[in-house]
Amino acid sequence: MNANLSAFVAEPVSAGFWLRARAFAVHNKLFVVGIVIFSIILLASVFAQWIVPYAPTKISFADKLLPPSLDHFMGTDKFGRDIFSRVLVGGQTSMMVGAFVTFLAIAIGAPIGVLSGYFGGWVDAALMRFSDIFLAFPPLLLPISIVAALGPGLNNAMIALAISWFPWYARIARGAVMRVREELYVDAARAMGVSHFRIMIRHITPNSLTPIIVQGSMDFGFTILAAASLSFIGLGARPPTIEWGLMAASSRTQFLEHWWTALCPGFAIFLTVLAVNLIGDGLRDVLDPKHGISE
Amino acid sequence: MIKYIASRLILMVGILFGVLTITFFLGRVLPASPTNLILGDRPTAEQILRAEEELGLNKPLLTQYGLYLGQVARGDLGTSLRTSVPVIVEIRNRMGATIELTTLAIIIVIIIGIPLGVLSAVKQNSWLDNLARAGAVGGVAIPAFLLAMILQIIFYGQLNWLPLQGRLDSEILLDVKFPRTTGLFLIDTLMAGEWGAFKSAVLHLILPTLTLAIVTLASVTRITRNMMVEVLGEEYIRTAFAYGVPKRSIYYRHALKATLIPMMTVIGLTYGILLGGSVVVEFLFDWPGLGGFLVLSIVQNDFPAVLGTTLFLAATYLGINLIVDLLYFVVDPRLKTQ
Repeated sequence: MNANLSAFVAEPVSAGFWLRARAFAVHNKLFVVGIVIFSIILLASVFAQWIVPYAPTKISFADKLLPPSLDHFMGTDKFGRDIFSRVLVGGQTSMMVGAFVTFLAIAIGAPIGVLSGYFGGWVDAALMRFSDIFLAFPPLLLPISIVAALGPGLNNAMIALAISWFPWYARIARGAVMRVREELYVDAARAMGVSHFRIMIRHITPNSLTPIIVQGSMDFGFTILAAASLSFIGLGARPPTIEWGLMAASSRTQFLEHWWTALCPGFAIFLTVLAVNLIGDGLRDVLDPKHGISE
Repeated sequence: MIKYIASRLILMVGILFGVLTITFFLGRVLPASPTNLILGDRPTAEQILRAEEELGLNKPLLTQYGLYLGQVARGDLGTSLRTSVPVIVEIRNRMGATIELTTLAIIIVIIIGIPLGVLSAVKQNSWLDNLARAGAVGGVAIPAFLLAMILQIIFYGQLNWLPLQGRLDSEILLDVKFPRTTGLFLIDTLMAGEWGAFKSAVLHLILPTLTLAIVTLASVTRITRNMMVEVLGEEYIRTAFAYGVPKRSIYYRHALKATLIPMMTVIGLTYGILLGGSVVVEFLFDWPGLGGFLVLSIVQNDFPAVLGTTLFLAATYLGINLIVDLLYFVVDPRLKTQ
């Protein structure tokens, strides 16, 4: 295709895209709100090092437990550290946790689901019974008991969360693959003698990604929440890591008189999870037509 | 029917076996040293060896596993390293506190969440629906500890209406003796006629119950609404509308009946969310239940207590979902013929 022609073709397509995007944004105001909040939080935590007004680890007992003011937007903690700076840097931890756990859970769950859905039979039965064991735990209790086994710490908490989340991705991937498996193009590939492995990687997986992406975007927020809860009860991040749940936990001795020490990191979690959930809801409406209108 | 129950029970035992196996082996992946708990900070090499022998940690892993399975099969969950009390006794002593908390929370959730979800579905896009949906979206994003701390700041710190934590005032705990027949203090204090203790138990329950209920309410309302919306879109509901059947009768006699089964599923799953949430809430409110016990045991590497409590909580959750499944037969007579 020569350059002139491609420019000619590309324009209406992109115009259509922007039109549709605008129409979508008008109908899904909450989605846009979610994107805006999330982008701000993401940018703020990525560039935290350059934004922070104070060094987040700088201890200054003269300034301890100051209420929010123009000098310290969110006040200071019991060591005189600036809470606003710590919240910004703590965002990095939460974003990393959310991304890593979601990615790892998909990386474990999706292949299991694809194998299970593609081969069916005893492979399916064995893999699914295996995942069922993980689903038998009450939520949050499974990560807690895995952390119990691995030992407290942020890395172990992330692994624990991924292990307890993967069966959901296995189920979703399996369902999606079973729908795709009987498609004509898969049959065609099989008839041409393409190997099982290649069919799964090249033909089945790309066509069953949508529900996984939707679920992943919804879980990103829950993962952040769960990781913060684990840190709060002392099973996740430990000092000197700066993490929102841990900040709230370390305020336990003084939060009754100095509310900002607990509520500022707590609201940071709330706002982040809320934004992510709004995005997830919006994505599901677009990508998963089954839900669309009824939601 | 009996065959169904039998097969479900076998499946449940199988899953619990899996739960046990996974937690057992995960616990041994790292050469953690539970002996530290008994021996203190700087034990000598001989002390470590002796303690490992006492705990059976020097045997091969598979032998340890076999021994533990045999123990559990006989109903013995071992002895807590931290408290030196049999784990089963610890569980029995603490179970009441957790049951009291989660039961009250689930009652609140059912009374508020389900009707709210139904109303929200029936009056789609009304202010009530929008409010309920906003509440649901916001509610699932609130960390339980944030909510609990806000409630503590308001009702204890500012107003001083409610106690900060615990199950009873410490004076009452020391002075008033009442038999712990059920482990549920509301019932025990009433049976003993101890009004002061009863009042104290009620006041102590309010904040933890409320925290647990609010955190769970959001997802229940949301699921109920979505289910009801789905049912309302069914052909027979549209047919009923077309026939001019009164709306009230459609909602309450036709639609609600069809949501009974999924609703029961939701309640079963909710109990799981509550059990998980109770861990955080019990920790925060210093509530002497199983969740708080589990956290303390984990932090101190008390592995018999961790294994036993995990197994017990998973069994409770599975048991409740089994009961829910059996109730399907009561609600839906069609299932009996299958």
